[in-house]
Amino acid sequence: MQKYSIFSLVKNALTGHQNWDLAWKDPNPKEEYDVVIIGGGGHGLATAYYLAKEHQITKVAIIEKGWIGGGNVGRNTTIIRSNYMHDENGLFSEFGMDLWRKMSQDLNYNVMFSPRGIINLAHSDAQMNAYARRGNSMRLNGIDAVLLNREEVKELIPMADFSDNVRFPIFGGLMQPSAGTARHDAVAWGYARQADSMGVDIIQNCEVTGFDVSAGKIKGIRTSRGNIKAKKVGLCVAGSTNILAEKLNMTLPIETHLLQACVSEPVKPVLDKVVTFGAGHFYISQSDKGEMVMGGDLDGYNSYAQRGNLPTLQHVLTEGIAMMPFLSKLKMLRTWGGIMDMSMDGSPIIDKTHIDGLYLNCGWCYGGFKATPASGWTFAHTIAQDRVHELNAGYSLNRFSTGHLIDEKGLGTKTWIS
Amino acid sequence: MLHIKCPHCGMRSQNEFSYGGDATVKRPELNKEVTDQEWDNFVYNRVSPRGKHLELWQHLSGCRQWIKVERDTATHEIFRTYKANEEIA
Repeated sequence: MQKYSIFSLVKNALTGHQNWDLAWKDPNPKEEYDVVIIGGGGHGLATAYYLAKEHQITKVAIIEKGWIGGGNVGRNTTIIRSNYMHDENGLFSEFGMDLWRKMSQDLNYNVMFSPRGIINLAHSDAQMNAYARRGNSMRLNGIDAVLLNREEVKELIPMADFSDNVRFPIFGGLMQPSAGTARHDAVAWGYARQADSMGVDIIQNCEVTGFDVSAGKIKGIRTSRGNIKAKKVGLCVAGSTNILAEKLNMTLPIETHLLQACVSEPVKPVLDKVVTFGAGHFYISQSDKGEMVMGGDLDGYNSYAQRGNLPTLQHVLTEGIAMMPFLSKLKMLRTWGGIMDMSMDGSPIIDKTHIDGLYLNCGWCYGGFKATPASGWTFAHTIAQDRVHELNAGYSLNRFSTGHLIDEKGLGTKTWIS
Repeated sequence: MLHIKCPHCGMRSQNEFSYGGDATVKRPELNKEVTDQEWDNFVYNRVSPRGKHLELWQHLSGCRQWIKVERDTATHEIFRTYKANEEIA
């Protein structure tokens, strides 16, 4: 594989950029693989990469219905954080933060990781108390957390509304300074390029139509490009999880919902943090191109349409304008939607299943992008060793029936219903 | 925007409604032995189909009645709406 560097850039510039290697190949599916990963998104590509790198399993195929990186890894708001209170989420995400910090070097691909910090705003004394508790829990798990008072928040984000007559005055906030953003497409492409170079077949435009299971063991998959035998199969398909589960006669604690995001026209640098509104569900950051990147609530009803509806967008942006009034002056550049695998406690599932050799990675809700490296790493471990790693032991499929929910928001089941 | 025909009030905008999820989920019967698996299916497990989906909505900013809506989860087309207690063939 051609290494990307300043020297290769100069060399290729001098030859008119005609001689770059393909970043990854476009192979036909082979008859058999050791591991087949279904879903060529961030998590699937990362899983294949860590299978090859950490476990030396390279007879691997990624089966993708569309094109790699065309789903949620290219549709999110690129936020990376580990500001969780519960141990399962905190330790898992902080392990991921470490992988994020090393990712550009590790993949020889600039993912533009920008640890600019995230601020969750608080709008009441009670919320400040809750954030103090969460911040302390984070620090016990080795995650950086700083509780900010109103003046300190004002120093960092003076463009927010600090006037006296607002409905939700800013009391302060909880900041994780090491959180940030990254270029999401680069994450998918970086993992794809490295996985490909280690022998992984990335098979695009290939839809999975069924599974071959006999005597409780997975034997292979059926696809629009023929049958493929596989010793192990990993499902990594986010919002399409229920569709594949149905083909396996499995019913999962997951509903598929629609989440929208949007960007404004580009403006000069104004916001160098990720900020979330504490009296609703709205988050914002500014991209390197200057666009304000915003998102918030789900549309609220089951949906497989990767496009949204205006009432939700209006609701979300109303919160945005309440928090930062200058946003009302900006023109909207783009809006789009993606489909989320919403789990019943708001936390993900990375586990084995009742079918031998079939593994499940789903339920990422709002937080799939930041989990990409840790999800891939632990899923690769779970598949390769046929047992869960301690980092994803809490993300079990049976936790719903045993009552060991990871209810980060303290809202009970169906946390997205408003 | 969705336009939902409330069987009590007529065609109204989505803004007046709130969503209540899958309408085919049945609570386990009372006075019977209920297995953990049955509770599990009732509380957590959902089919979440791509295509026709029968679901509950509440006409919150209207008559406040719960209704059933048959809607396509891929196209958002609404086929029919029913009163909550209406039998569906």
